[in-house]
Amino acid sequence: MAIRVLYFAALRESLDCAGETLELPEGMRTLGALREHLHARGGAWSALAQTKNLRAAVNRSMAQPDSTLADGDEVAFFPPVTGG
Amino acid sequence: MGVRVQRQDFDVGAEIEALTGARTDVGACASFVGLVRDRNDGSGVAGMSLEHYPGMTERALEEIVAQAKRRWRLFDVTVIHRHGALRPGDRIVLVVATSAHRADAFAACEFVMDYLKTRAPFWKKERTPEGERWVDAREADDTAASRWD
Repeated sequence: MAIRVLYFAALRESLDCAGETLELPEGMRTLGALREHLHARGGAWSALAQTKNLRAAVNRSMAQPDSTLADGDEVAFFPPVTGG
Repeated sequence: MGVRVQRQDFDVGAEIEALTGARTDVGACASFVGLVRDRNDGSGVAGMSLEHYPGMTERALEEIVAQAKRRWRLFDVTVIHRHGALRPGDRIVLVVATSAHRADAFAACEFVMDYLKTRAPFWKKERTPEGERWVDAREADDTAASRWD
C-alpha cells in the first residue's frame, strides 16, 4: 500500500525533504513501525528516533504510535507546535 | 465567526462587532490578541516566519472551538491565526468568545489559547542577531493546557 508522508518545520529542514510518497513494506501497519522504518535510513533520518520529541498526525489528526495505517493515508511528522 | 488561517492582518474591532452587533442577548465578549514580541529567550527578535500544516490547522482549531462550546455556554467563537512573515508588534492570533455572562467568555478564551498552543500545527522561526532559529516548545504551555483535562 502507498501513503503520503509530510515533514514540517525544523524536521523538514534537517531532512531537506517536505514530503514523499512511500510504498510500505508488506505487513507494516502502524505509525510506530513507519517511524522505525524511516529512522533506519540513517544519517539525518535518525531525527525520527522514538526517543526524540516528535509529534505525528494521520489524515490530519494527531496520532499515536499504535495508530493503524491504510492505503492512501496522509501521515505527517513534526516538532512540538509553537503557535499562538 | 469561525476559524480562519490567513497571511493578512485582522481588525479586532470588526471581529468583535461581527459577533455582537446584530444581537442583544450577548452580555459578555472576551477577546485575546497575541502579538510578536521584540525579545525572546534573551535575544532580540527582528522578525519571524510562521509555518503551518494547511488542512490540519483549520481542522485542529475547529475541534478546539467545538470543545469550548461543549464545556461552556457560548454564543460564538472566532479564532484567526496568521502565518507567513511577521514583525515585532504584529498581531499573530485573535480569539473572541461571546456568552450571556463573563465567566464563560473568559474561560473559553483561555481554554482556546491553551489548547491552540499545544495542539494546532504552527511553528515559529525567529530572526535574531545570531541568525535564524526555530522556537522551542515550552513545558509551561503543556502545563497550562493540562489544567483543563
